[in-house]
Amino acid sequence: MSLTREDVKQVATLARMELTPKEEEQLTLQLGKVLDYIERLNQLDTEKVEPLAHVGDIVNAFREDRVTNKPAIDSLLSNAPDREDDFFKVPKIIE
Amino acid sequence: MNPYALTIHELQEKLKKKEISSVELTKSILDRIDDVDEKVRSYITVCKDSALAEAKKADAQLRRKGSHSPLLGIPIALKDIFLTQGILTTCASKILSNFVPPYDGTVVRKLKEAGAVIVGKTNMDEFAMGSSNENSTFGITRNPWELDYVPGGSSGGSAAAVAADECIASLGTDTGGSIRQPAACCGIVGLKPTYGRISRYGIIAYASSLDQVGPMTKDVTDCALMLETVAGFDPADSTSLNAPVPSFGSELKKKVKGLRVGIPKEYFIPGTQPEVENAIREGIQVLKKSDVEIQEISLPHTEYATAVYYIIATAEASSNLARYDGMKYGLRAEAKNLTQTYMESREAGFGAEVKRRIMLGTYVLCSGYYDAYYLKAQKVRNLIMGDFTEAFKNCDVIVTPTAPTTAFKIGEKIEDPLQMYLSDIFTIPTNLAGLPGLSIPCGFDSKGLPIGLQIIGKPLDEATILRVAYAFEQATDWHTKKPTLRT
Repeated sequence: MSLTREDVKQVATLARMELTPKEEEQLTLQLGKVLDYIERLNQLDTEKVEPLAHVGDIVNAFREDRVTNKPAIDSLLSNAPDREDDFFKVPKIIE
Repeated sequence: MNPYALTIHELQEKLKKKEISSVELTKSILDRIDDVDEKVRSYITVCKDSALAEAKKADAQLRRKGSHSPLLGIPIALKDIFLTQGILTTCASKILSNFVPPYDGTVVRKLKEAGAVIVGKTNMDEFAMGSSNENSTFGITRNPWELDYVPGGSSGGSAAAVAADECIASLGTDTGGSIRQPAACCGIVGLKPTYGRISRYGIIAYASSLDQVGPMTKDVTDCALMLETVAGFDPADSTSLNAPVPSFGSELKKKVKGLRVGIPKEYFIPGTQPEVENAIREGIQVLKKSDVEIQEISLPHTEYATAVYYIIATAEASSNLARYDGMKYGLRAEAKNLTQTYMESREAGFGAEVKRRIMLGTYVLCSGYYDAYYLKAQKVRNLIMGDFTEAFKNCDVIVTPTAPTTAFKIGEKIEDPLQMYLSDIFTIPTNLAGLPGLSIPCGFDSKGLPIGLQIIGKPLDEATILRVAYAFEQATDWHTKKPTLRT
């Protein structure tokens, strides 16, 4: 399977990443090589194999829904790129 | 010997007998960092003031009677992936270059409760993606044994800091080999415990079904002491295992006689550096003298593990790293609208390898490709896990090389991602199967670079791995060798 530059552009949009033309070119080549390597999985017949999403036997780890932390508004907001009073300030969402 | 060059268990005695104070020890480490870190560059952040304050507190506690944690007063370095309240935590990424966590992760809290001194945050591959530490936005850490060589990765700063005596011990994380491969490259002991053994709460996520925390230490005893301090169930991590934590330190000296050691033929393949293979073969002979039973085994799907890993790990990464959108924390680029802000923030904030993995992960999860890649990989992951389950019916531990080669030269593989990925062919399968694995020094190549021997165990059976490693260490002196830090 060969990866095209158009594929790379489309995936970059899905991943919300702006790429430079040079990055697009490099990624087409590099990801193509990795995908070729991954092709080896097709040597295996997995028709009757169950997919393994997780190694543990854990199913739904429940715990009580109660607040365990103290409010930390300032230490949280001190990492914000922009704030107004006690709120995160973000770019306009609806044009 | 200088205090900085000692181990946890040696220092524990000296602290108890008042031959040294934690403040003196911490100063010795800070001086050592001043002396050598310009060359090695293990650290992103050194916490001089808070470390000395913690050491002072530890000294006060040491003066009190009663039993103390083995880590009380011991200077520890943390990979810069652990959230530390009030201390810069970057994950070696530009996108988090100003991030100061509002809370401590569970293991950091446990270390602090044990009275350990947090001396600093170590360099790594950005978001733990890499095998050489070259993917850090803060510059390249160097291998203390040969400064033109990589320390391995992604926990390369931690491995180098331990090897160069810039801390007494360290914690790293391992998703596909990121503790064991740098441990092998730098000639130290590194353990990736069973998936779920140590809480992941407060650790920046890369691939959540594979990530695991583990100790990086100067010897096996220290590894056991670190593990028993940070292991255990944590309700804040839904994948944490509710299993009792044995006293790993006190089980070390149990006899290994009669244990069955499996040697998988698929781990001795063309492409492995001959000096590495020889050192492993000699290591197996050393174990044989401790009266273990050596037997050849087979893990037939080994050759597919790296392909499976680069589907599953990147898929999980593409989802985990979606949170870096420049809204609540991290770098935000100024752009004309919201979508463009996301796109430009991520373009500016992520390095080349992180972008590659996000792209690959997004691609394999795309509708239309999901079955061919992601589902296929999950099925083969089951086959790989089945290999181990089958093998462990007939053996107690498995011994392999940790990596196919010793450390490579800085710059040698950076242009060829696939070659870089293949550095982890021998460590990846244990992550996919959730098993514990340890790397221990077992020799040097002709360039004087360390070689690591990997011991893999059954789920939750770190105790047996550590026993075998301890027996090996008692029979050899590789762990006592120190780098000279020459250029």
